[in-house]
Amino acid sequence: MIYVDNAATTKMSKEVLDSMMPYLTDCYGNASSIYSFGQQNRAVIENARETIAGLIGAKPGEIFFTGCGSEADNWAIFGAARKNVKKGKHLITSVIEHHAVLHCFQQLEKEGFTVTYIPVNSDGLVSVDDVKNAITPETTLISIMMANNEIGTIQPIKEIAQIAKENNIVFHTDAVQAVGHIPVNVEDLGVNLLSVSAHKFEGPKGVGFLYVKTGTWLSQLMYGGAQERNRRAGTENVAGIVGMATALKIAVENLDANMKKCYELRERFIDGVLSKIEHCRLNGSRTERLPGNANISFEFIEGESLLLSLDLVGIAASSGSACTSGSLDPSHVLLAIGLPHAIAHGSLRASFSHRNTSEEVDKIIEELVKIVQRLRDMSPLYEDYLKGKK
Amino acid sequence: MYSEKVMDHFSNPRNVGELENANAVGEVGNAKCGDIMKIYMFIEDDIIKDIKFKTFGCGAAVATSSMATELVKGKTIKEALELTNKAVVEALDGLPPVKMHCSVLAEEAIRSCLADYYKRQGIDPTPIVGCSCNCEECHAHHHE
Repeated sequence: MIYVDNAATTKMSKEVLDSMMPYLTDCYGNASSIYSFGQQNRAVIENARETIAGLIGAKPGEIFFTGCGSEADNWAIFGAARKNVKKGKHLITSVIEHHAVLHCFQQLEKEGFTVTYIPVNSDGLVSVDDVKNAITPETTLISIMMANNEIGTIQPIKEIAQIAKENNIVFHTDAVQAVGHIPVNVEDLGVNLLSVSAHKFEGPKGVGFLYVKTGTWLSQLMYGGAQERNRRAGTENVAGIVGMATALKIAVENLDANMKKCYELRERFIDGVLSKIEHCRLNGSRTERLPGNANISFEFIEGESLLLSLDLVGIAASSGSACTSGSLDPSHVLLAIGLPHAIAHGSLRASFSHRNTSEEVDKIIEELVKIVQRLRDMSPLYEDYLKGKK
Repeated sequence: MYSEKVMDHFSNPRNVGELENANAVGEVGNAKCGDIMKIYMFIEDDIIKDIKFKTFGCGAAVATSSMATELVKGKTIKEALELTNKAVVEALDGLPPVKMHCSVLAEEAIRSCLADYYKRQGIDPTPIVGCSCNCEECHAHHHE
């Protein structure tokens, strides 16, 4: 199998698994128990917290472990909105956020909050001025993702965080696609809240964290025990936390080399596809994007058919077509950058990792040429296009 | 998520293409929703002698088009009009719930093609075929 869906999830390395094994087997003590069998795991968790904090420029006390990236997003958004409700009920986000962010804001609207959704330009980028102009005296939270999961565009987070700070507004960024893939330093970025998911950078599934800057207060999301300094209940996933710390350490240590490799694979893919297949376009800025992300729309064909055809020849990729989501509308991100529905339906996302090779890229292109032609040959839209051209 | 039958009809669709001597053509769906099915028929003595299709859409859209054409090929118009989306789904060993609308579209495509056959002869198809379903309201309705 050729796996180019690394934005969906990644392969865990043996080193990560090995670091987790003791906590999945013999060291099963509850870190909240007072006996040493439990307290040993408490020390392991705090050690992991320190490692992670150091890798993103945070203080250990600013890292709060969660069950996933979605939980970190939910907590940041509901937590900040509800905590500051006396100050105001206006919130700002972008139209291209992941559903883990977007659906939180939609829920808050039902609860009486007002939300401004900042548009993006045709390159998939948020304008700093648009964010600035949307601020009102009632605004309490701005949430803009660091890197988009579908088209990979990297947003001007540092500039937006600066504006939020000047206006005394809490700033959250969903950095699930960014951490471990591009340099992320919370101090340098100046954000209040930052969400992370371990399985996106070769860590285990079912664990993530929320960075909460000292002095930023959130209402609680998960009630129960006193874990995470009384702010997030739930018995700690020791193995997951350790695996996440190991994975992040490896990712950050190899960041430059991995970025270079992913960038080369992506460019080879984009150049190859655009030169060998007619009527297709790259979605999202070519420069302001994640090193490993390529998102291409093929006219006259539909994305799910494309994915199934790729799967039949052993290639795993993703699409923004409606048929992969169960709804009738294609990806909200592709519509937001101005693609017509028909073209948005025919998109393909290939997300590369350092594990991929240029031979794999060439193989995918070779198969794509055949598949796109086969699907176009059975497409009434292509037939109409050819007849119109005659 | 798809049955083996669906995958078979997706990877080796039957009756795909255009029909040079078609005397009936029907097209349903729209690009906005992500599925368009176009059916060509050659009808003689009330029998569907030949049939071809072209589809823009997901795996289920291609498979239901393929199966629907197989089920009506060589049949009389009357028999073809009795084709239901349920029969198409059953012949494919089932479809995921979110894909049921594809089978509805396939049934509509057959109807729309037969309606065109009557229209070309100056016969109002509505009493025979019913609504040709090639309209926004029907398409929107089926998606509800």
